[in-house]
Amino acid sequence: MSMLRRRKGSEIEKDSKLNLKEDENLDGEDENKRKVKEEKKKKKEENKKKWNCFDNCCWFIGLICSVWWFLLFLYNAMPASFPQYVTEAITGPLPDPPGVKLQKEGLKAKHPVVFVPGIVTGGLELWEGHQCADGLFRKRLWGGTFGEVYKRPLCWVEHMSLDNETGLDPSGIRVRSVTGLVAADYFAPGYFVWAVLIANLARIGYEEKTMYMAAYDWRISFQNTEVRDQTLSRIKSNIELMVATNNGNKVVVIPHSMGVLYFLHFMKWVEAPAPMGGGGGSDWCAKHIKAVMNIGGPFLGVPKAVSGLFSAEAKDVAVARAIAPGVLDKDLFRLQTLQHVMRMTRTWDSTMSMIPKGGDTIWGGLDWSPEEYYECSHKRHKHNDTDLAADKGTEHVDSQTKSLPYGRMISFGKDVAEAPSSKIERTDFRDAIKGNNYANGSCNDVWTEYQDMGIGGIKAVADYKVYTAGSLLDLLHFVAPKMMKRGDVHFSYGIADDLDDPKYKHYKYWSNPLETKLPNAPDMEIYSMYGVGIPTERAYVYKVSATSDCYIPFQIDTSAEGETEGSCLKGGVFTTDGDETVPVLSSGFMCAKGWRGQTRFNPSGIQTYIREYDHAPPSNLLEGRGTQSGAHVDIMGNFALIEDVIRVAAGATGEELGGDQVYTDIFKWSQKIDLQL
Amino acid sequence: MASILRFRKLCYVEPVSKPSLGFESFESSKTGLKEDKGSVVDDSPCVDVSLTKEVQTDKKRRRSKEPREWRCIDSCCWMIGCLCTTWWLLLVLYHSMPMNMTLPGYQAVESPGAKLKKEGLTAFHPVILVPGIVTGGLELWEGKPCAEGLFRKRLWGGSFSELFKRPLCWLEHMSLDNETGLDPPDIRVRAVPGLVAADYFAPGYFVWAVIIENLARIGYEEKNMHMAAYDWRLSFQNTEVRDQSLSRLKSKIELLFVNNGYKKVVVVPHSMGVAYFLHFMKWVEAPPPMGGGGGLGWCAKHIKSVMNIGPTFLGVPKVASNLLSAETKDIAMARAMAPGIFDSHVLGIQTLQHVIRVSRSWDSMVSLLPKGGETIWGNLDWSPEEGFICDQAKKNYFQASKHNVSQQTNTSDGKQGFRIEEPVHYGRLISFGKETSQLPSSELQPFDYKGHEHINKKSSCQEVWTEYDEMSRESLEEIADKKAYTAKSVIDLIRFVAPKMMHRAEGHLSYGIAENLDDPKYSHYKYWSNPLETKLPEAPDLEIYCLYGVGIPTERSYVYKMSSSDNCKHVPFRIDSSADGSDNGCLKGGVHFVDGDESVPVISAGFMCAKGWRGKNRFNPSGSTTYLREYQHKPPANYFEGRGVGSGAHVDIMGNFALIEDVMRVAAGATGEELGGDKIHSDILSMAARINLPL
Repeated sequence: MSMLRRRKGSEIEKDSKLNLKEDENLDGEDENKRKVKEEKKKKKEENKKKWNCFDNCCWFIGLICSVWWFLLFLYNAMPASFPQYVTEAITGPLPDPPGVKLQKEGLKAKHPVVFVPGIVTGGLELWEGHQCADGLFRKRLWGGTFGEVYKRPLCWVEHMSLDNETGLDPSGIRVRSVTGLVAADYFAPGYFVWAVLIANLARIGYEEKTMYMAAYDWRISFQNTEVRDQTLSRIKSNIELMVATNNGNKVVVIPHSMGVLYFLHFMKWVEAPAPMGGGGGSDWCAKHIKAVMNIGGPFLGVPKAVSGLFSAEAKDVAVARAIAPGVLDKDLFRLQTLQHVMRMTRTWDSTMSMIPKGGDTIWGGLDWSPEEYYECSHKRHKHNDTDLAADKGTEHVDSQTKSLPYGRMISFGKDVAEAPSSKIERTDFRDAIKGNNYANGSCNDVWTEYQDMGIGGIKAVADYKVYTAGSLLDLLHFVAPKMMKRGDVHFSYGIADDLDDPKYKHYKYWSNPLETKLPNAPDMEIYSMYGVGIPTERAYVYKVSATSDCYIPFQIDTSAEGETEGSCLKGGVFTTDGDETVPVLSSGFMCAKGWRGQTRFNPSGIQTYIREYDHAPPSNLLEGRGTQSGAHVDIMGNFALIEDVIRVAAGATGEELGGDQVYTDIFKWSQKIDLQL
Repeated sequence: MASILRFRKLCYVEPVSKPSLGFESFESSKTGLKEDKGSVVDDSPCVDVSLTKEVQTDKKRRRSKEPREWRCIDSCCWMIGCLCTTWWLLLVLYHSMPMNMTLPGYQAVESPGAKLKKEGLTAFHPVILVPGIVTGGLELWEGKPCAEGLFRKRLWGGSFSELFKRPLCWLEHMSLDNETGLDPPDIRVRAVPGLVAADYFAPGYFVWAVIIENLARIGYEEKNMHMAAYDWRLSFQNTEVRDQSLSRLKSKIELLFVNNGYKKVVVVPHSMGVAYFLHFMKWVEAPPPMGGGGGLGWCAKHIKSVMNIGPTFLGVPKVASNLLSAETKDIAMARAMAPGIFDSHVLGIQTLQHVIRVSRSWDSMVSLLPKGGETIWGNLDWSPEEGFICDQAKKNYFQASKHNVSQQTNTSDGKQGFRIEEPVHYGRLISFGKETSQLPSSELQPFDYKGHEHINKKSSCQEVWTEYDEMSRESLEEIADKKAYTAKSVIDLIRFVAPKMMHRAEGHLSYGIAENLDDPKYSHYKYWSNPLETKLPEAPDLEIYCLYGVGIPTERSYVYKMSSSDNCKHVPFRIDSSADGSDNGCLKGGVHFVDGDESVPVISAGFMCAKGWRGKNRFNPSGSTTYLREYQHKPPANYFEGRGVGSGAHVDIMGNFALIEDVMRVAAGATGEELGGDKIHSDILSMAARINLPL
């Protein structure tokens, strides 16, 4: 026995020594020693066993971390040109970015450039907050990583909302826009907005002294940015400074999205006399502005804004919604989330600036719409491209037989959307009495005004069946009277009969191109640059939602689909041509017809140019969001657009760019619109 | 029975982990047991093992070896995993910790913002912040291929990660052109604009952030607060030439003035920003081609007060030694970071040369050279600070003994004994050798610059441009031989060792004292940032504050030596760090210290407010009021205070609650009188009295 032991144990010196010792004193003592020894071992092994699971976990985490760090190290040690090299190896040599290309052509920075960001793309930071927002001083609440949305969602919503009554700061909260180029260069890390354009402009010599980001708080109404932050005064002073320090070269203004309306407002404001306006005198624009290059401008509003206000269901006006699903589980908290989002967005006056303007004249009535024969089934082609036209010839005939009910911006039920107008029975909702059925529900803290409506009101709304752009306003006044009351002070959606009427001196008309005259600046140029070729929301099919608790009572009827493959109706939404957010009609009409030549809206005959950019999705993953995209925000990375902007900034005129560049039927559609010019 | 139990336990324990040990014992116990209680053993699953033990043993050995080999990596991974997990755990705990949790026993001082808000103060005057040297961020707008991907990334400020990744590329982009002092070709590095320019210098290292946060408490935001960021590497006039920074500042002030109901602005410059704003005030009233054309009275109309924090009105001695040998302690932050990258023994020499090269291309460095020459800074025999006692303990003792003296008049000779026998010659800004610094002036010979010319000698280190390569060893030795240099002659010395730099810089800056301020030559911009060669603007209501920390030893003059090596890759002079004084502790490591805020001596920060501009005199013709506010340095009481709420150090003073409170009160409308007028801890008044400057 001991022999055996010795044989096995000889490997370990210590053990063999012990064994020898054991040989000397056998029996009892031996037993005792063994006991002690084995207990020790037992403990050891028990230890081992107890630690095993934790051990493994640690080991695993450690391994992952090490690998991660190693990869990170490799990534950081990688030469900066490596990704480009890989891309080139796969796709062949890349085209030069426009900045490099034009630098080689010898273009130099000439006109100072002013960027006007749109809605949601500008960052907002906290300057004063409630207790729950401690430690967030001068941290971004909007833009960046949105870390706070996840950490303290309710606190975040509270700080992002404005006051219901005034549309200004709630008490004890000050959220202000970030200033400088950082305000909107990237919306979130890696998601560029202006960054590509800035980088390309920098190539030909632009820098902070010749580039200015006119950041403003995009939540409040345009005039309120001046009242609260003096933003318009700042823009005026900065433009004057840049013109003065750049040898008198006028500025090129590049507004994007809602920034287009904001800048329209600015141009009226700056020339208006002092108490309401900026007092720059009637030739301020002529003296300071060379060109306004509107990118994706919703001149006449966006249908999406309506559905956003009506049921918080539009796709990206409230980006918050895209973020929300991650925070609040859809099935559990969805109702509350939507209501919170709705409550928040309804305090923002700016969303009301994008309600469709011009009513039935522009957007079409019950029976007609400017785009009614648009084909969604195939990609639109350039007009002189005969091959494509021949291919699609048959379909052409098919789809042209049936017009699309775009004019009915909201219809309750698919059948109603497509029925001839004579067959729709409508009961007027305007005088309906609002019930008070569930006012004392459990959801009083969420303010959406739907609680005040009651079942009677909801039924009345649904019974009216069809809403055009004109009656939509009445609908919104009906479902959200407080909000619209606030908004009516700042915005107007009509068409002016007589532009010289003194009432149009009020600032609420300034951002509506159909109720203002362009400034007196014959040398100025106005560009309308936008993407085309992406289905864009234009009209909606709604239903009354089934639940009767404190839920938003209407929702898009996602079951409504068109019969044919290439139908324009998908998931309850009629789509038309546009840049995914703004329909062509809204972005192009003013430059195509409303301001073309010397009209009553454009008394000094400012030159207008339409530049459309056909959407081409990124060809591979390495291109990111694409260099030929036509999507509303991604177009800011479109090389063709950037090239146009740089050329104009370096001194070219619209004629030198090649005048209009049109892919859609915008001129044909504009013809159908019967607007007195 | 006990042994059986034990044995069974052993069996159930899977013996994979430690077979060599476990097996042996189980053999022994097993054989012993089999004789008595075989039945029990049969029940146990160990029977199989016992039967095939030979095979098993072999297998297990093999298996046991595999984990053995993994052991090292294994435990490494385990360690890292453990650390990560605990780290995350702590992070989660930290994040879920309520914000206002305070540690027991730790009483946080109420911030001045909260305090003054309770008093009912609200934003009144717009505030302009003017950052100083090195604290402002710089970003890249155009670079060489080596800086690819850094477009609009910070080269200066922030994490300085590029400095570590590509040091030479970084140095190349941070330098300016040697000849013009402007951008080198194909490189554009620009100041970061906005409050972010200088709120934090590096992550967690605040500069203006605390002041901004406190001002925000009483209602300030970007519409009534502006950071006048500029490229601090350029000479002041060049910021206008290249970036129109001065025009922008003018337009911004005018805008703030109008937008805030025609309320004048309160300007808060810090460090070199003080000189920059002085330049601005002259520029804005000067006629257009050279100035801003605001017309006389612009400052009176737009500026309520200028609250200079840690002002460098008369320059900083530190800069002289920095330009000579790149050896000061913190003006060039790069040096503090350098040791991490370049080992000081292997590459240290190169690093120093690179730092010299880069900082000599910055005109602004030259603007910080001591101004006013011997009149202000003292000559070979005297200096205004003479008799300053450095050692705090001794000073206290002195005060105590002085106190005693006044009580017991007969101990006067005892006091004599304490008095410094050989007064420190602060006037000798740079002396070669410790004994030189103490010699009577009659034994010193002035250095004759004639006959010493730069010779172009072919050297192996031409890519590093410091101009030292072009000097002969003899000239260098001549410079060093028992020479001492005063504030006046040190400029000649720098002019001699770095003629190109000084030639460039002297087109923009001047260091003298004006005899006659009405001389038309003083309308040139090079005099505008020197308070001794300009008049303050015509603005009788303007208030000028000098706010600075005191109570920290501050570099005032240096003991140098020749460095031994004859290698051309070497800066030929260096501070003689072996020179330590024994008398009263003013000399340490080759540096003489005086009172100040660690960077700026009291004399430079306070003299103009204490004497130069006090009352109506030729430098201050309209009699703008001046206030002197000193803040006694208090090191942070405990770890939680961070850099301290009572600090007097040059940059940390921006977090000093007393100073912030003063700034906020003035911004909210108070006058200097309401603050309490002067608040003086140092001997600035008696020092100023010793300076014989015609007023």
